[in-house]
Amino acid sequence: MTTSEEPAVAVRGLKKNYGDVEAVKGIDFEVRPGEVFGFLGPNGAGKTTTISMLCTLSRPTGGSASVAGHDVVKERDEVRRNIGLVFQDPTLDGYLSAEQNLRFHAELYGVPKEVVGERIRQVMEMVALWDRKDAKVMTFSGGMKRRLEIARGLLHSPRVLFLDEPTVGLDPQTRSAIWGYINKLRHTEDITIFMTTHYMDEAEYCDRIAIIDHGEIVVIDSPEALKASVGKDRVQIQTADDQTAITALAERFGLDAAVREGVVTFAVASGEEFVPRLFADLGVPIRSVHVSRPSLDDVFMNYTGSTIRDAEGESGASAWMRARARR
Amino acid sequence: MTTGITAPGVVGVRVPGRSVRHDIRAIKIVLHREMLRFVNDRTRMVSTLVQPVLWLFVMGTGLSTLVSRGPSQGVDFRTFMYPGVIAMTVITTAMFSAGSIVWDREFGFLREMLVAPVGRASIVIGKCLGGGIVATAQGIIILALAGLVHVPYSPTLIITLLGEMFLASFAITAFGVSLAARMKNMQTFFGIMQMAIMPMIFLSGAMFPLSNLPAWLSFLTKINPLTYAVDPMRHAVFTHLDVSPQAVEALNPGVHWYAWHVPVAAELGIVALMGIALLGVAIAQFRRTD
Ligand SMILES: Nc1ncnc2c1ncn2[C@@H]1O[C@H](COP(=O)(O)OP(=O)(O)OP(=O)(O)O)[C@@H](O)[C@H]1O
Ligand SMILES: [Mg+2]
Repeated sequence: MTTSEEPAVAVRGLKKNYGDVEAVKGIDFEVRPGEVFGFLGPNGAGKTTTISMLCTLSRPTGGSASVAGHDVVKERDEVRRNIGLVFQDPTLDGYLSAEQNLRFHAELYGVPKEVVGERIRQVMEMVALWDRKDAKVMTFSGGMKRRLEIARGLLHSPRVLFLDEPTVGLDPQTRSAIWGYINKLRHTEDITIFMTTHYMDEAEYCDRIAIIDHGEIVVIDSPEALKASVGKDRVQIQTADDQTAITALAERFGLDAAVREGVVTFAVASGEEFVPRLFADLGVPIRSVHVSRPSLDDVFMNYTGSTIRDAEGESGASAWMRARARR
Repeated sequence: MTTGITAPGVVGVRVPGRSVRHDIRAIKIVLHREMLRFVNDRTRMVSTLVQPVLWLFVMGTGLSTLVSRGPSQGVDFRTFMYPGVIAMTVITTAMFSAGSIVWDREFGFLREMLVAPVGRASIVIGKCLGGGIVATAQGIIILALAGLVHVPYSPTLIITLLGEMFLASFAITAFGVSLAARMKNMQTFFGIMQMAIMPMIFLSGAMFPLSNLPAWLSFLTKINPLTYAVDPMRHAVFTHLDVSPQAVEALNPGVHWYAWHVPVAAELGIVALMGIALLGVAIAQFRRTD
């Protein structure tokens, strides 16, 4: 989309400590212009902390970062002029109408007067809220508020849009609508998107993904490449005798299987081609077979040694509270 | 730094560099929001009126039976209290306005302002001007009651009082914002506000004349900045009343530093200086919140 080679976001050795807590432990990455870059990690991984440093809201403890070519510590105003931000927690004024919220933003960002009205209409139409422009924001549902915040983040045509868990706590329809807007954006505006999520399925919308865990980046690559690196399909079978099946899999195919979620599960390359051999040689009656391509869940598992659900278990309650708070 | 237009019909926007014009727009919109919030919040408007009306008509009427035979020489006690009640009204309203910053922080809206490419000063100035205007507007309602306490509706009096009200409420909002800038929840703010504001109102001469006080009390009233906001209002009211010199002497003695009768202009200057200094403190506090 942009010919410029300068990275939209460049981060080197970025660190943030809160007292004894090392929230971000020296991370490096670059986001290319025009890219949708995903930051994927469980609760407490350091996603929000990274975003607030990139958005000039908190000072890095160490390292450096630049956004749209400007240093986030030394050129804060320049950075602020070039970014749009949708926070993890809502930041609308519920007592103002939707349009008043946007107008406030436009004035604060110095959007030229002659285009303010037109631009507000445009972003509100994009998120399908134009007909509700005069309603007080406190009467909006969680999903409507989220859409309005996205519209507001775009109002001043930022070069880089930061979205911190844009779809948390929303129902599947609203989530896919929001992804629809984000996709549309890539065609209508010259913009780079940096977003965080802990929904595995959403990470697949990104051009590249960084997996972050305990303040460190575990891996960065495209969703396809990440999946390919796991390499194997996941096969789940229901059998008449699980233990015998597991032993047979080990002896006859050299596969390491285990009972997970009540079914025998194992990973194998080209799973679909493997199924006929399985029926021919296993020697245990099979009741059903399910083959799935490696998902980002498997990728996460592969790189961090835990599923994203396990990792969330530690602070799952807070995610639940947040999801509630948004309603 | 252009943001391109890559699709037909999309309005491209270019966020301009920092300029005075941009700062003024920011001040104006923060102020505008303050007023919208005030106009939309009828409950707050009514609740900040209850207290002064109680003071004026309940306390004032009750106490007047006690004090009317004293040196007040036929001046209604409610007339005496009237400027004090105006001051009280604008002070509480201004503090409420300042407190909304804590509220904004709790509900996240403050971050929307802090990440914008405008100076912290613009946000604070907008907030203080907004608080000043809103509190003055609230004071106008009390001004409308003047006739009920035998104060004439004279244009010069009204204009003088409006100016003094605005000055006082601007300074108080600045004070409130400097307190609120670093506070994380509303309860703390209101706790501190009660602790700071109640004694200051009590010691400002809003409820009793500053004449013939014991030395310790007289001293406390003189170091209380609010005294210098209340006294000019009382002075303005009394110059528009037709009362005996003895009554003026007793009820509107003015503020004395030793033998020097501090003139009204100097009192207003003190309030203005305090306001500007507090505004500076508020801006500095705000810059440190990053
Ligand atoms: N203001 C703060 N003071 C102290 N510790 C903090 C603060 N903000 C974050 N932390 C800590 O830093 C770590 C990373 O938090 P962060 O909010 O960045 O996680 P996250 O990846 O955004 O998680 P989530 O998915 O829950 O939003 C956590 O251990 C958290 O407790
Ligand atoms: Mg977060």
